[in-house]
Amino acid sequence: MQKTNSGMQKTHLELTQVGISFPTEKGPFVALQNVNLHIKKGEFVSLIGHSGCGKSTVLNIVAGLHQATTGGVILNHKEVTEPGPERAVVFQNHSLLPWLTVYQNVELAVKQQSDGKKTKAEIRDWVEHNLELVHMSHALDKRPNEISGGMKQRVGIARALAMQPEVLLMDEPFGALDALTRAHLQDSLMEIQAQLNTTVMMITHDVDEAVLLSDRIVMMTNGPAATIGEILTIDLLRPRHRLQLADDPTYNHYRHQVLSFLYEKQRKVEDLGSKRAEKQHHKTQASA
Amino acid sequence: MNILKHPALSQWQSQFSSTLFWRKQLKQSLLTLSGLLVFVLCWQLASSQIQTSLGQFPGPTQAAAQWSQLVDEYQAEQQREDAFHRRQLERHAAMLAEDPATEFTSLPYRARPTFFSQILTSLHTVLTGFVLASLIAIPLGMLIGLSNNLYQVFNPLIQLFKPISPLAWLPLVTLIVSSVDLSSAWGSRSFVVSVCTVMLCSLWPTLLNTAVGVSQVPNDLLNVSKVLRLSWWRHLRIIVLPSAVPMIFTGLRLSLGIAWMVLIAAEMLAQNPGLGKFVWDEFQNGSSDSLSRICVAVLVIGLLGFALDRLMLMLQRKVNWDKTAVSR
Ligand SMILES: Nc1ncnc2c1ncn2[C@@H]1O[C@H](COP(=O)(O)OP(=O)(O)OP(=O)(O)O)[C@@H](O)[C@H]1O
Ligand SMILES: [Mg+2]
Repeated sequence: MQKTNSGMQKTHLELTQVGISFPTEKGPFVALQNVNLHIKKGEFVSLIGHSGCGKSTVLNIVAGLHQATTGGVILNHKEVTEPGPERAVVFQNHSLLPWLTVYQNVELAVKQQSDGKKTKAEIRDWVEHNLELVHMSHALDKRPNEISGGMKQRVGIARALAMQPEVLLMDEPFGALDALTRAHLQDSLMEIQAQLNTTVMMITHDVDEAVLLSDRIVMMTNGPAATIGEILTIDLLRPRHRLQLADDPTYNHYRHQVLSFLYEKQRKVEDLGSKRAEKQHHKTQASA
Repeated sequence: MNILKHPALSQWQSQFSSTLFWRKQLKQSLLTLSGLLVFVLCWQLASSQIQTSLGQFPGPTQAAAQWSQLVDEYQAEQQREDAFHRRQLERHAAMLAEDPATEFTSLPYRARPTFFSQILTSLHTVLTGFVLASLIAIPLGMLIGLSNNLYQVFNPLIQLFKPISPLAWLPLVTLIVSSVDLSSAWGSRSFVVSVCTVMLCSLWPTLLNTAVGVSQVPNDLLNVSKVLRLSWWRHLRIIVLPSAVPMIFTGLRLSLGIAWMVLIAAEMLAQNPGLGKFVWDEFQNGSSDSLSRICVAVLVIGLLGFALDRLMLMLQRKVNWDKTAVSR
């Protein structure tokens, strides 16, 4: 087991030979296989891959919500077997409690995290500060069904940030946002991450976002039995500014690499998919 | 120049929309009224065709007359009670005047049950039975819903007990209650019998609906609970209970409806005080007014059942977080 990385930075989060199979009616479905990944403290890693390849599943295993069938996850030299306070999750579908207000949703996480160590005023300040970060101060007393999808997602992010986690796990956190809010939140996230040295694992579909934010981009092959296809290290100086990077040749080179991975893969998938569809078609015709 | 944003226009628009609102209200009440009217007409027409052993079946007018008769009887009974207390006070005053050291015990007035006192008895009984049933059904339902094993244990039992008619419970409950020595704190024996029967019959919808509601908490919210590492108790209070509230209320409303129906039947069969006994007594009485009185009682039973359901609905609106979910 590799504990140090060239003697400089310690491996913080380690996925070793992770695989998972879900029991289904047609027998076990192998979703992931041989996923190996070492993440350093404070590193920002993006997961990118086609829909249904198993990105959320990887994240859920790290979060402790799923148990890997083979291999395992080690965080700070301890095996991950259950969710823990040091790992906050921003869920793909925001998952706010519909009966609590925006404020109460974040407050619940803060109270749970502070474990009675924060005073009431401190809790209030901290909740408000985090909602301010995502520009949601105007809707403190609204219920989730009274705000838009993007706003819900922002509250979900505030809830995770408010937990002051060591590892931030985000499942397409900016997917439902308009371009302006998204850019703003991406900048805030980079700032916060630089400040707190949080380790981030983020799932995204957006190539620009991945290149702008990440230290490394993990590109996943298609399922079933998905695994890591390539890992791209992004050597761009921080702080990064989206406007300056727009014309940066290295930036565009990285973008191109990710795009070519996805598009080459995708073409293969389409071929496979259409073949499979044809087969299905023949089968149904034969049985009819 | 934007004509659509002119203040006068928007004022007119809001007025227009408010008349729309009133029109809708008016239409609704007209429809309700016409339904009632059709019912009363049919009743009138049908009643003139039906001959019973007690004479002609009463129509709406006879029923209305009996209603005021029942109100009169109630007022007369009230006056008699007032007079009784007045006489007793006068007697005491007189005795005190003779000998200031006299000690006396006040005699309680033995009221003859009127229609309205029977209504109160029935309401009291049904609410007691219903509240007790809910106090058992909600916690038990939550336990069953939370644990798959408990669900497997209890489900056959629930399915077995749910369809039992109140008439089948009644003899058993009566026998058990009369074999147990009850302290006076419990109230009269017949009250306990009625309450227990109501309880046994109205337990099941709340129990089942609570169990289902609790077991159907969305997976995403369960994940949130795990990530926040809520304790068992907080998980129950913050995640499970609120998400089960709509189902719990569905169960409660079903239960209360059943409780009311069961109570009337139980009172009739067991001669326990209440509206059911009133109906039965009138039936046995067999005077020419009896049928009209029974008609009044039947209508009142329906109205009270309706009112109880509205009450639950109001409570549901108050408690439920999702204001859009509650409708009829
Ligand atoms: N509980 C489960 N039982 C059975 N199969 C599952 C389960 N969870 C996920 N899967 C399967 O595992 C595969 C990966 O799912 P996952 O949700 O991780 O995809 P994803 O990469 O996050 O997709 P998307 O980008 O659309 O969110 C899918 O084929 C899915 O059907
Ligand atoms: Mg996903």
